[in-house]
Amino acid sequence: MRFLLGRLIAVLIVAVALCGASGRASADPFQDSLQGFLADSFSDTADAIEAVAASGHPRAAVVLEALQDGRLVYSAEAKGVFVKDAAGALHDAVSGATVEPAPADTDNVRLNNRLRGLLGGVLGGLTLMSADPAQRLEAAQSVFKSRDAGALPMLDKALAAEKDGGVKRALAAARAAILVGSADATAGDRIAAIDVIRQRGGQDALGILGSVPADAPEAVRKAAASAINAVQQELAIWSAVQNAWYGLSLGSVLLLAAIGLAITFGVMGVINMAHGEMVMLGAYVTFVVQQLIRAYNPGLFDYSLLIALPLAFLFAGAVGVLIERCIIRFLYGRPLETLLATWGLSLILQQAVRTAFGPTNKDVGNPSWMSGAFEIGQMTVTYNRLWIIVFTAMVFVALLAMLRFTRLGLEMRAVTQNRGMAAAMGIRTARIDALTFGLGSGIAGIAGVALSQIDNVSPNLGQGYIIDSFLVVVFGGVGNLWGTLVGALTLGIANKFLEPFAGAVLGKIAILVLIILFIQKRPRGMFALKGRAIEA
Amino acid sequence: MFSYRTAASRPTTSRWLAAAAGLAMTFAATVAAKAEDTIKVGILHSLSGTMAISETTLKDTMLFLIDEQNKKGGLLGKKLEAVVVDPASNWPLFAEKARELISKDKVAVVFGCWTSVSRKSVLPVFKELNSILFYPVQYEGEESERNVFYTGAAPNQQAIPAVDYLMSKDGGSVKRWVLAGTDYVYPRTTNKILEAYLKAKGVKSEDIMINYTPFGHSDWQTIVSDIKKFGSAGKKTAVVSTINGDANVPFYKELGNQGVKATDIPVVAFSVGEEELAGLDTKPLVGHLAAWNYFESIKNPANAEFIKKWQAFTKNSKRVTNDPMEAHVIGFQMWVKAVEKAKSTDPDKVIDALPGIEAANLTGGTSKMLPNHHITKPVFIGEVRADGQFDVVWKTKGLVPGDAWSDFLPGSKDLEADWVTLKCGNYNKVTKKCGGQAS
Repeated sequence: MRFLLGRLIAVLIVAVALCGASGRASADPFQDSLQGFLADSFSDTADAIEAVAASGHPRAAVVLEALQDGRLVYSAEAKGVFVKDAAGALHDAVSGATVEPAPADTDNVRLNNRLRGLLGGVLGGLTLMSADPAQRLEAAQSVFKSRDAGALPMLDKALAAEKDGGVKRALAAARAAILVGSADATAGDRIAAIDVIRQRGGQDALGILGSVPADAPEAVRKAAASAINAVQQELAIWSAVQNAWYGLSLGSVLLLAAIGLAITFGVMGVINMAHGEMVMLGAYVTFVVQQLIRAYNPGLFDYSLLIALPLAFLFAGAVGVLIERCIIRFLYGRPLETLLATWGLSLILQQAVRTAFGPTNKDVGNPSWMSGAFEIGQMTVTYNRLWIIVFTAMVFVALLAMLRFTRLGLEMRAVTQNRGMAAAMGIRTARIDALTFGLGSGIAGIAGVALSQIDNVSPNLGQGYIIDSFLVVVFGGVGNLWGTLVGALTLGIANKFLEPFAGAVLGKIAILVLIILFIQKRPRGMFALKGRAIEA
Repeated sequence: MFSYRTAASRPTTSRWLAAAAGLAMTFAATVAAKAEDTIKVGILHSLSGTMAISETTLKDTMLFLIDEQNKKGGLLGKKLEAVVVDPASNWPLFAEKARELISKDKVAVVFGCWTSVSRKSVLPVFKELNSILFYPVQYEGEESERNVFYTGAAPNQQAIPAVDYLMSKDGGSVKRWVLAGTDYVYPRTTNKILEAYLKAKGVKSEDIMINYTPFGHSDWQTIVSDIKKFGSAGKKTAVVSTINGDANVPFYKELGNQGVKATDIPVVAFSVGEEELAGLDTKPLVGHLAAWNYFESIKNPANAEFIKKWQAFTKNSKRVTNDPMEAHVIGFQMWVKAVEKAKSTDPDKVIDALPGIEAANLTGGTSKMLPNHHITKPVFIGEVRADGQFDVVWKTKGLVPGDAWSDFLPGSKDLEADWVTLKCGNYNKVTKKCGGQAS
């Protein structure tokens, strides 16, 4: 009963508010400013944002936040502006009361980049005193970016009240960023501000320090110049660290793609042109798993990759065993025909997937723990790359252990080293061949799960990796997993150190030329297998 | 380590192949004989290989348009018949398949090609056999051929307006530019034009960064952090992307992950549309831009009806539409009208009839075929929305006529294409001679 009454009152209030809005120009500046959102024109919206922020109304921040999140809607017919909550219900922008029934012709208030930037700066000023430290940090950062001198008094107030160390540093940096370029501040304040910016460092700092106007006092300009030097030196070191990290990351991707090939080509000697398609199948398994999860149990989405891993291994492995049993076993010792047969097979697999799933890219989402990035010093480390490095290391160690410590691994090594002798010792070589090929394909499948996180999931996924994979295996030394590891990392890091100087295209060519020269000198790769292995 | 001893040919295999080929030929012949009283329309789009991702949709679009036309009673009292071939993203194969369509299947017109290199590969075939090609994709310009009709955007209908928008107050008054592209003819020529245009507008060389990457580039870490670095110099920076095809998805993923927001460094793309965004989580990309002559989200009755019929035809309520599809819609209508005007499908008559033909586009205007074989189009700038569609934030006042020869390149600014009065695709206004190709 009370609930009903409450609703009735709310509707009444809204009705009165609406009448007020359409009937006469109200005296409330907040209410007036909201009218700017009705025009659906970017310049009117910009004026409205500024007016709302200036009104000082308690609901100003709520309205602007809703606008930023795309939850602010307007109705041209009812001449009203409403805030949509997460459940989709509309609240009146002024009173916050629920609006029922919702007007039929609601439309989102549209934004463009200029408005988003403006909104970020304005909201930053408004949310500097927010109770949530994360929000305060975001606010401080957006003021740092906008360098809006109007936010200075708020900054000072917030700085005095701030307890959290990280937020305090961000606030101080924002304040300094405004002061550095401000002609009103004293030279001493500006030099102190330059010092704060220098300690913060980073590319943004260079921009801010570079913007010190030429008419600034001598001392300020000198301080800025020396600060720029210091920041640049720091950045040079970080850029080398960053290149090494990117190289490691590229190397891990190469390794992941090549490691299955190191088994099928390196250990078995089968030139498997369909290797890339095994990677592609693994990626599609991930896609199917995610589709099923989205349809039946969205809560499991963050675990989708963990679920996809064993499935991709089994599926690609099974396809690999099938290929070995049906095609490759008839072609052992005939590398040219194997090459042609597996190449044809790769085309068949691609077209099969294209027919089944369509030619367009499939959206494989990143689970929350693989999205975004964090900062170490002046370097951005993205989570997906970090996890792929960890994952590659795990796959590599597991594979080594498997070859070294299990019976299957022992039998595999025996068969590849001397087939006749192994058969004489009672090993069923045909079965081992199939399992080895299945293992290589299965590992390619789980590589596909990881690569689906950074690349397109399309029927062409595998083609992009096949050449690189062969390069890595040949460069590292056929038949040696450690060679594959070193080969992949060397190529990755060399590529990333060349790229800033030579560009991506020339860098790639340079690497190719270097490998050709290297293979001339050492035809069997970096780590050639020694011993009495029987050559194909 | 390779052994060649087993490379001997096998008679059985080749006999099988011959038999299969023979069978296929007789089959094709019977089909052709049965369909004598139809007008054939050739469709030359890759259905396999790298470009299948983009071109398959265009094949479906053409089948849809031909189906619609047949429902209306066909053309000149005859039914239209689609002849689909698959050039498999293989440029020389494009030329072979084009020859097959024109001389074996005797098609009246061909709709096809996507990449500029495939268009260049079929050009000699269309000239030699005198047939008609409708080319639906935005391209680098610097070309006008008698046998080709360009229904996609020329640089002045996409690249230049996009840069103008970014320079304007609403676009963020951009002062520093990254021109990033895939390494082939379209991005290289477009960037050359843009560089000349920017410099003419007073942008200094140190404020322009040009970067090329190979096809299918997937490791964008270095380039994205270079862009961040370039963009933090205190001046508003934007990226103009002519990155094509598959490389876009990892590029945008890296942008999203490294936290490059559209409010800081907007990326305006010329090759990313609704279809490409379908493979992406667009929430981190909200606000990045694309310049096209058509967006699915544009509200008007013609577009709504087209989308409805298209989704019914493909039996997929989520199937998106995009800019090159609209180009085919316009091109097909124009061809139909020209054939009706010429009362014949004879290539010479249709080529002469086409300039001046008008056809409604899907954004509420009327496009016109110009004497230089390009068409008039509106230009829209759209911002990526969280649902993978675009919000139009800016559009040109009227329709922009396509300019075959850019006014911003030294070699081409004196050239003019006019197939009506001058009968020339590269007339030099200074030397007053046809064939003044100076690139």
